[in-house]
Amino acid sequence: MFALLAKCHDKALALSNRGRIHMTFAVILVAIVIISVLFHFLSPWQATPLASNWGSIDTTITITLVITGIFFVAIVLFMAYCVYKYKAVPGRRSEYRPENKKLEWWLIGITTVAICGLLAPGLIVYNDFVHVPANAVEFEAVGEQWRWSYRLPGKDNTFGRTSVTRIDENNAFGIDPNDAAGQDDILIGGNQIHVLINQPAKALLRSKDVLHDFYVPQFRAKMDLIPGQVTYFWFTPTVLGTFDILCAEYCGIGHYNMRGQVVVDDAVSYQEWLSSQLTFADVISGGTVEGLVEQGQRLASSRGCIACHSIDGSPSLGPGWVDLYGRQETLSDGSMVEVDGPYLIESVVDPAAKIVSGYPPIMVAYELSDEQLNSLVAYIASLSSDPKNSTSIQPSTEE
Amino acid sequence: MAYADDVENEELHEPTSFISKYVWSQDHKVIAIQYSTTAILVGLVALVLSGMMRMQIGFPGSIDMDATAYYQAMTMHGMIMVIYLLTAIFLGGFGNYLIPLMVGARDMVFPYVNMLSYWFYLVSVLVLLASFFVPGGPTGAGWTLYPPQAITAGTPGSEWGIILMLVSLIIFIIAATMGGLNYVTTVLQARTHGMTMFRMPLTVWGIFVATILALLAFPALFVSGLMMLLDKTIGTSFFMPDMMQFGSQLDYSGGSPILFQHLFWFFGHPEVYIVALPAFGLVSDLISVHARRSIFGYRMMVWAIVSIGVLSFVVWAHHMYVSGMNPYFGFFFATTTLVIAVPTALKVYNWLLTLWRGNIHLTVPMLFSLAFIVTFLVGGLTGLFLGNVVVDIPLSDTYFVVAHFHMVMGVAPILVVFGSIYHWYPKITGRMLHDGIGKLHFWITFLGTYLIYFPMHYLGFLGMPRRYYAYEDYPFIPDSAQSLNAFITVVAIVVGISQLLFLFNLAYSYFKGAPSGGNPWRATSLEWLTPETPPKHGNWGPSLPVVHRWAYDYGVPGAVLDYVPQTTSAEEVPVHENDHDE
Repeated sequence: MFALLAKCHDKALALSNRGRIHMTFAVILVAIVIISVLFHFLSPWQATPLASNWGSIDTTITITLVITGIFFVAIVLFMAYCVYKYKAVPGRRSEYRPENKKLEWWLIGITTVAICGLLAPGLIVYNDFVHVPANAVEFEAVGEQWRWSYRLPGKDNTFGRTSVTRIDENNAFGIDPNDAAGQDDILIGGNQIHVLINQPAKALLRSKDVLHDFYVPQFRAKMDLIPGQVTYFWFTPTVLGTFDILCAEYCGIGHYNMRGQVVVDDAVSYQEWLSSQLTFADVISGGTVEGLVEQGQRLASSRGCIACHSIDGSPSLGPGWVDLYGRQETLSDGSMVEVDGPYLIESVVDPAAKIVSGYPPIMVAYELSDEQLNSLVAYIASLSSDPKNSTSIQPSTEE
Repeated sequence: MAYADDVENEELHEPTSFISKYVWSQDHKVIAIQYSTTAILVGLVALVLSGMMRMQIGFPGSIDMDATAYYQAMTMHGMIMVIYLLTAIFLGGFGNYLIPLMVGARDMVFPYVNMLSYWFYLVSVLVLLASFFVPGGPTGAGWTLYPPQAITAGTPGSEWGIILMLVSLIIFIIAATMGGLNYVTTVLQARTHGMTMFRMPLTVWGIFVATILALLAFPALFVSGLMMLLDKTIGTSFFMPDMMQFGSQLDYSGGSPILFQHLFWFFGHPEVYIVALPAFGLVSDLISVHARRSIFGYRMMVWAIVSIGVLSFVVWAHHMYVSGMNPYFGFFFATTTLVIAVPTALKVYNWLLTLWRGNIHLTVPMLFSLAFIVTFLVGGLTGLFLGNVVVDIPLSDTYFVVAHFHMVMGVAPILVVFGSIYHWYPKITGRMLHDGIGKLHFWITFLGTYLIYFPMHYLGFLGMPRRYYAYEDYPFIPDSAQSLNAFITVVAIVVGISQLLFLFNLAYSYFKGAPSGGNPWRATSLEWLTPETPPKHGNWGPSLPVVHRWAYDYGVPGAVLDYVPQTTSAEEVPVHENDHDE
């Protein structure tokens, strides 16, 4: 079949005269230029609308587009001209002129000027990026596979010392309980952080496990989270609404689903939200008397269960927990199982034993006490789509 | 002069059996074919993996691919294409075949080490492919293998896949070092009479400088791979800080994940030029031969290659602008990165000026060369976005980056690989590749890849993050982005399948191709002047060629033909090389 195809093509080529392909190639090069430029202006896929102070970054992109665009158009058109104009003619010879130092130095000079035209504005804006304004308000975003939590410094405006080695069920942020500055730190365990509009915000970034990246497309700026150190960047939100936080540094199998939200509030709603949050002191003192369900909820949050098991009915990496208890599930070997206490406990201590069909066998085994396991089962059993039992946070998607 | 004076009297050790001729061969030409064949075969695996990924992105759920398989395919595709295909085929393939022939040597200076180089490379490929069959499958850590996730649970293949990947890389580096020492020594020591450094074809210059980069850059990958292997297997903490995972503390303490990134990119950026510089060299020769014009600004081209090589070692952290390193580094690395654009742009200008007032033959190798210029131009210009630190901040880790690096170091070098195979196949086999199939293959590949990657940049402007298995429920991504992804997938599948045309052509023409003669393109450089085609063991018959001029005497005024081979004496045709200046 290929041979036949080739023969047909050969004949077609033989019929066309030798110069034709030069014309064709030149026309295609010109077409590439025209279509690329038109695509740029007509394409529906443009930058997501800006919602921060980093319009200056967009400006540097525009400058870069203009300068590189000029070179692109000029070079491809010159190539098209050469291909058409200097097509092989029997008996003709090319010009023999191996060098033209003057021309080369001119071209180097023009290129250098263009490069400076890109670099100078870029570095000026970057200078703003690395200098956090003195009035910026700090918040901390903590990443772990595959969810976000947040911390605010509280009334004293100072974060308590943290260490990843202090993290346990009662201390999800690893705050040093002996550090007075940490007692009033406000802890936000859900995936959602609120920030105040038009107030410069400095994001301090910390990871419990692997690399992550705090990226809100509408804000433009982003920065990696590195376990073992604190990184930062700053932005000023300028548009009210809720925006997705995406993880932009590959962090394992749940990377594509590691989402958080940042809600940009006006002063009134921000204060309202802030007043309903718990401090570190509240959390460690309030944890003594709690029901089994609350204990399970805290455990699910601190051990990261809810990173893969949704508690609001949305699709997730592992089976969601809403309405799970009591349900009949099909396992990967085709058999059926009723989701009851023993099955749930087995799935925690030996996750690979019975995998629900359609989910990847990626969960690691957890060593938990009997009491903890029972509290988890109680929590899962409490999650029902019946609104009176629902504990989910409904993410809003308006912008 | 750095040629061996009594090389003519050295014994040649002609291989006698089939095994010593084709299997345990010490002949650089056979080793080159072994390298290239292995590289192309393993590259096909990577091509299929990319097709599967594109199906998942363009038509989610259309093939039975879960997130684990997606990330494994993504990782293996990237690593195979960069290391096991491109690096191997440019240095091990073209380097092996062309260096001795172009500098007029009988073989590499260390033929036995050269043979070992290939067999180590083959072992590295087999170890890599073996990871598809171990429990947990191959690693899905991304080709950059960033720790901690590369070796912790939660990443596919963190059981055995990552170990095999690191072992394979270590073996590959041993292979590349053995080959690289050969290429450098051969260029420095085994050039024939009259072959000064500044008479060498740019192909040799490109591969020579790229090999030096490889010898200096691969050790950084070697040590970081070894250190990560120790972190994984015996619990050291080179790259592993105090950390926890899924609620449990891990037994690591005090290591630095970002140290790995510095080591990786200290290798990884020169690696881009380990692939690009040979491509620059090869394409320079293709353009000059098929435009029938002396390469424009030869000495500037050489210095551009050398300065790109040197600069490539001081730009690595432009891959790390948002990594959390000290942000002040950004000023330095943005500046060095944009400076490297100047010699690179000069190369593009000089290729164009070689076309200007030339006598252009649009043969298949030439078509691929011109397509390379367009593709490399787009990839190079988008590099100016990503190299300029503040412009990189919104675009890093988005599809803009994917589009950029596929253009500049995926498609562009592959177009040169194709062009070069169409160009040198007649020397290797004595037969021409089929012209019609070649042109069809060219048009689909060139236009197809442009249609794939040009619009992809705009998904990056939109902010679509890369390395996502699925994009459901992200309100900022419009539905039309999914349509574009579907379009890209369709084109990618067509381009992928069309590569069968190339493979068919290689096989078909080997038996049925038109006999080429020794110098079908009427070229000047030494490999076209061998007494036999394909060249026999020892390349040159009883005596080595004697070189009297550079490799680019096309269209010399007063000469009988429009090309003057390098062996033509100054009495027959005057040598112009000393009065190139105005």
